Amino acid sequence: MANVAPTTQRARTPGSDRPVTLRGAALRFGDRTLWDGLDLDIARGEFVAVLGPNGSGKTTLLRVLLGLQPLHAGTALVEGRPPRRGSGVIGYVPQQKALAEDLTLRARDLVGLGLDGHRLGLGLRGRTQRRERVRVALESVGATQYADAPVGRLSGGEQQRLRVAQALVGDPALLFCDEPLLSLDLAHQRIVTRLIEQRRRAAGTAVLFVTHEINPVLPLVDRVLYLVDGRFRVGTPDEVMTSESLSALYRTDVDVLWVRGRLVVVGADAVPHTADDHHTMSEDDRR
Amino acid sequence: MNEYLSRLFTLENIGELLALPFVQNALVAAALLGVVAGVLAPLIVARGMAFAVHGTAELAFTGGAAALLLGISVSVGAVAGAVAAGLVFGFLGVRQRERDSVIGVVLAFGLGLGVLFLALYEGRASNKFGLLTGSIVSVDSTNLVVLGSVTVGVLVVLAVFYRPLLFASTDPEVAAARGVPTRLLSLLFAVLIAFTTAIAVPIVGAILVLAVSVIPGAAAARVTSSPLLATVLAVVFAEVSLLGGTILSLAPGLPISGYVATIAFLCYLGCRLVGRFRGRWRIG
Repeated sequence: MANVAPTTQRARTPGSDRPVTLRGAALRFGDRTLWDGLDLDIARGEFVAVLGPNGSGKTTLLRVLLGLQPLHAGTALVEGRPPRRGSGVIGYVPQQKALAEDLTLRARDLVGLGLDGHRLGLGLRGRTQRRERVRVALESVGATQYADAPVGRLSGGEQQRLRVAQALVGDPALLFCDEPLLSLDLAHQRIVTRLIEQRRRAAGTAVLFVTHEINPVLPLVDRVLYLVDGRFRVGTPDEVMTSESLSALYRTDVDVLWVRGRLVVVGADAVPHTADDHHTMSEDDRR
Repeated sequence: MNEYLSRLFTLENIGELLALPFVQNALVAAALLGVVAGVLAPLIVARGMAFAVHGTAELAFTGGAAALLLGISVSVGAVAGAVAAGLVFGFLGVRQRERDSVIGVVLAFGLGLGVLFLALYEGRASNKFGLLTGSIVSVDSTNLVVLGSVTVGVLVVLAVFYRPLLFASTDPEVAAARGVPTRLLSLLFAVLIAFTTAIAVPIVGAILVLAVSVIPGAAAARVTSSPLLATVLAVVFAEVSLLGGTILSLAPGLPISGYVATIAFLCYLGCRLVGRFRGRWRIG
């Protein structure tokens, strides 16, 4: 498998060396506070895992940084600027979902949409260059073999490789992953994780990784943002993933155990989930 | 039985018929409709909007029936009904379950009203029947100008918005994350469908709209997964159905709906067979 390297070097705005800055960020739904007073700086090449129960505002945090949702208070900066809808600096890897078998989309089309699917016009100019970038992106995730296959007929693991290529084809400075490993088997979890990690090393791409299961990415995680019912904690996995800190977050007795190099959190599941668990980017799916 | 068959399938005097101006108008109308319907069909199928198209067509029927009763232009009524339906369905976006039931509700109510309007209408009976099955032989040059304008309009809008529409239709979540205004595009697409449907209903009938705006897309999706090729194939299927159906219906003097729907259905069956054999080869 080839390196997931940047195809072009994006010009960075000077003085905006932090991919993400949050200051006193607050978000509410009705009278429910998802989080308040959230400060977070993400450095270039940093891997931040966002953890927490369903409805704790993990996906909403991504929506804020993608410019799809305004904050109620505080400021957010992405690459030194306020989040802007449709900004090309962020690549997005969604959760694996079953696609219709007869969806008229080939693997290369899915990746190509990641490059210019948001653009108007037919895009007749620069087709050669476009084809080349898609080819390189497909190759970088080892998907050349099934480049012309219908996406709906590919396995979940193959689809998620394409998702990584789709997110990286535009050469983003930031990579947002929203449960990208969910419903993948262990082998494919490793492949997808490795692709993300290669990109981070090669291009200094910062990664914001939303997950409810930290173990598959634990060796890569620089810091954890743990959200629970309006409270949160930021720190290295060693600082945050302890019985003490999680008990404080969940306000109940939570035990964090190490079993054969894996983190096991006991007791957190007993906490009732208060929110409706919508977990999606598309505004069509929201009220 | 034979009597019916020979009445259904005859090409008697077809040469003379094809030379008639109203027949030529009908063929041009069919060809124009084939282009718009074929181009929209793959997106309709990808968005799972077959039922919404049906609902829009039925509401165009309601609007047309109301116009008939009020003595105003049927086309205006059909456009009003279809656009109203399109906007309602468009607002519901791509959330399948809720949309399904709302379309069912609106469709049933609209159809009920339409039947009532037709019953109250005391004009020619062929006007009534025409809304459901179409009366392509009555296409005049005004219809052609309107149909042509809608065709050009739909193609221009698609040329500008095709990529975001394809993105939002096939991969809504990532499209939204990339800043594609998926909800706005849902509305835009619903309006495109509404105009196409509204123009088509008085000419080919409410029933036929579904046959030409869904079947070609569904058929193409069985044999290719390339968005471009699917669009080309859908246009070809729509044209073959509409032109073939029009020509076959001429000599018997029967409504074209049955002919067009049958040809489209045969295209679909053929594509399913081809798709199935291909699938086996790939696995085997």
